[in-house]
Amino acid sequence: MTTHLPTFDYRRPTSLGEAVRLISSGGSSTVVMAGGTDLVPKMKRRQLTPSTVISLSRVTEMQGIRYQDGATTIGSGTLLREVVASRLVPEPLRLAAATVASPHVRNTATIGGNLCLDTRCNYIDMPEGWRIANGHCLKDGGDTCWVAPRQERCWAVHASDVSPIAIAMHTNVRLVSETGERIIPLEDLYANDGINNLTKRRDELLVELKIPSIEMRASYYKLRRRGAIDFALVGAAASFALEEAGSAEDVRIVLTGIASAPVRVFEAEQFLVAEGLSPGSIVEAAGIAGSCVRTQDNTDLGSRYRKWMIPVAVQRVLEGLAMNTNERSADRGTD
Amino acid sequence: MSERIVTLSVNGEPRSVIMPDNATLLEILRDHLELTGTKHGCDLGECGACAVLVDGVPVLSCLVLARDTEDHQITTIEGLGNGAAPDPLQVAFAEFGAAQCGYCTPAMVITARALLDGHGSPSEEDIRAAIAGNLCRCTGYIKIIEAIESVASMGPT
Repeated sequence: MTTHLPTFDYRRPTSLGEAVRLISSGGSSTVVMAGGTDLVPKMKRRQLTPSTVISLSRVTEMQGIRYQDGATTIGSGTLLREVVASRLVPEPLRLAAATVASPHVRNTATIGGNLCLDTRCNYIDMPEGWRIANGHCLKDGGDTCWVAPRQERCWAVHASDVSPIAIAMHTNVRLVSETGERIIPLEDLYANDGINNLTKRRDELLVELKIPSIEMRASYYKLRRRGAIDFALVGAAASFALEEAGSAEDVRIVLTGIASAPVRVFEAEQFLVAEGLSPGSIVEAAGIAGSCVRTQDNTDLGSRYRKWMIPVAVQRVLEGLAMNTNERSADRGTD
Repeated sequence: MSERIVTLSVNGEPRSVIMPDNATLLEILRDHLELTGTKHGCDLGECGACAVLVDGVPVLSCLVLARDTEDHQITTIEGLGNGAAPDPLQVAFAEFGAAQCGYCTPAMVITARALLDGHGSPSEEDIRAAIAGNLCRCTGYIKIIEAIESVASMGPT
């Protein structure tokens, strides 16, 4: 049986100015829809019942990819399919974007929508009848987090595949509202809270990403149940600049799928800068990353398994990068 | 919420429908235009059974608002061929036994058509990647891939 969407007013601005005016004048029950591939299922499950949906499908100013002033600029309304296919987009970002969901979803979903993806959890993502029968959780308007009932916060999980690699590649994002605009580092867009997981104001629209051209190696490793479609059990992105063989500068290690925001593992980053890149230091840094993060039992497979897999994911992404940059290390794999 | 008359271009024909703002493309195709070749599966964008072409690109009609497809060209399985004049892919799917229960088949064919139209000679890997979003619980995919490969080997169809 078809699950109808809740009733709402549909608005379709044709310019960025009109879009931010509509968002600004809309109430708290107004939602913005980019590709809709996450929003539509959420509305079908009645996790969201907005009074107004503002479709960004006709705001062409937010679409397209260009290279200028030493940075690749990607409009937030650009389809993931176009990001994957564009030669203007740095390869690590293209490869990470290609791991989002399925080809059909990437033909509709946008890169901005992926960055602003709502958090997910086994409890909030159940059908409405199940949630009524079992009691609403914190994110659903209830008073208890069913994942960790003794705690007072929501532990729903950030699940973007683009955010970790984009943070690793020093991406900034431009936020526009009716009253002005600001550019912030992408990592500052997120807060580690399952309900209020974005720091942008409700009247602000994420308009574009700016990825600087920096000499660096970067990669993303995604572990999931089915390679064709699923969200990450754990995702790890890493980047570094190579000053000379064996020495890594400006290391970034960013995890997704394990907290309510993308998580930079500063301890492991600093360890690698201090110790340099070697098979041993990579294993040790991966272990540090695993010990820094606590998982909850709220997405695919168990909490303990996902916790085990964090060092595996970090080790694999770092080994892949090290092998790319130094042929002599190609036979040092530990698998 | 308002209802309005919206004209969609479906299989090359303008089709005017009185629709509410919250209608998905899948609802309009199946319930209003009676184009029931497009299947209603999971309704959440996971199974791929509702795939149709929008401007030649396969998308999931259960995730798309019908209003967002105004001014675009929509192609359903009915637009590819029929019993009297089937698409070569439909012939190949029958010959290779690439359908068992048949529920995923229209979307498989639609997705394969987009691949063949956009790609001169896809490899098996290309075919597997293209249909990665189409779940089939019967065939194990082998015969589906063989059927698509056989049409790909004929050149442009």
